[in-house]
Amino acid sequence: MFDISPTEWTAIQLSLRVASIATLVATPIGIALAWLLARRDFWGKSVIDAVIHLPLVLPPVVTGYLLLLTFGKRGAVGAWLADHLGIVFAFRWTGAALACGVMSFPLLVRPIRLSIEAVDRRLEQAAGTLGAAPWRVFATVTLPLALPGVLAGMVLGFAKAIGEFGATITFVSNIPGETQTISSAIYSLIQTPDGDTAALRLVVVSIVIAMAALIASEWFARRATQRLHGN
Amino acid sequence: MLRVNVFKQLGEFSVEAAFTSEGRVTGLFGASGAGKTSLVGMIAGLLRPDRGHIAIDTETLDDTAAHIHVPAYRRRIGYVFQDARLFPHLDVRQNLDYGRRMNRLAEDPALHERVTDLLDIGRLLDRRPGQLSGGERQRVALGRALLSQPRLLLLDEPLGSLDEERKAEILPYLVRLRDEASVPMVYVSHDPGELRQLATQIVMLQRGRVTAFGGTEVLSAAAHSV
Repeated sequence: MFDISPTEWTAIQLSLRVASIATLVATPIGIALAWLLARRDFWGKSVIDAVIHLPLVLPPVVTGYLLLLTFGKRGAVGAWLADHLGIVFAFRWTGAALACGVMSFPLLVRPIRLSIEAVDRRLEQAAGTLGAAPWRVFATVTLPLALPGVLAGMVLGFAKAIGEFGATITFVSNIPGETQTISSAIYSLIQTPDGDTAALRLVVVSIVIAMAALIASEWFARRATQRLHGN
Repeated sequence: MLRVNVFKQLGEFSVEAAFTSEGRVTGLFGASGAGKTSLVGMIAGLLRPDRGHIAIDTETLDDTAAHIHVPAYRRRIGYVFQDARLFPHLDVRQNLDYGRRMNRLAEDPALHERVTDLLDIGRLLDRRPGQLSGGERQRVALGRALLSQPRLLLLDEPLGSLDEERKAEILPYLVRLRDEASVPMVYVSHDPGELRQLATQIVMLQRGRVTAFGGTEVLSAAAHSV
């Protein structure tokens, strides 16, 4: 039962790589957007907020198809990136990472935004009177105090990215060794006769990863509260 | 020398104040809701006046006619808040060092020692703000503001959140600060007793307007009129 085959290993490793890259690239963007949403009022703010949350409520197949239209070989952005920067998303693991990043983005941004909102603005004011320019206030006060929320958001985003299926398979298909993540491997296995045992193994692996991520996220949230109370 | 002549509308309420002070400690006196904190906020650069100007010596900090507004972090004006506002994620040592780092000043161990001695906070350096008493927190906040080497120090009811016993504990430090540190101060309070001990000059504020200006005798006159 626990004899994981090379193909399964490949899928597990690919999932971990795709989810890690997706999370690492999405985090700075997520922090910037979370800060904007938490601390600035501007025209179109609710539209940005809605767009970020869209992947959470749209059918994943729709998000995947939109990605294909935009970032596919003939998509407006995809063609430009391929011609000018040599970056190709279509049917590559990078495309899987993009799909996972987009799908997990709302879950990543939300805790970060909440933790930035929870940072006492009076502390930021105090930092200003001590000579800290706005970006240094962010770097030395806001971000450190929001850090547990940032980590919680990263963990949640990572967990979501690892489990992503619909958008990924629509956008980059299900190619073993390139775009076949744990989810798509499970999907393939349960379509195959005698694939049940292998599928179950991967199911157990996903449950373990998801549980670890949720426990870690809870732990970071607790740390956040402690930190804000100054102990 | 601090010159202030500002107007600011805040909802139904407005602050309109003009005064020039050259004293070592300018006491800003008034009941709560008189607009003291708004006025101090404008001096610090945290609030922007609708009209008017603020200047220290020859440097203009605000001049609405000339569209000048120097942001708080470039004013070099220290601010001690009623609620201390120490950074909870930093220990006392790092809190004290914060202003020096942000202003990119060279380390000055002698100054550091003088300030920690003056405020008697040397043994608190490794603690977190969460482990300090109210009085200790306020002393650290004072030290933190002083060590950013401001050219003016604003103290907004620094004893406001303390009980009588703690107030009596901190007041002597403030007197020492006035006599030993060379930083001019604006001291906000609704307590005539505190101001009599500390201030060299009084600006009295009532409902957003300056109603009296002068030496500490203004306080007794105020007591009679109220």
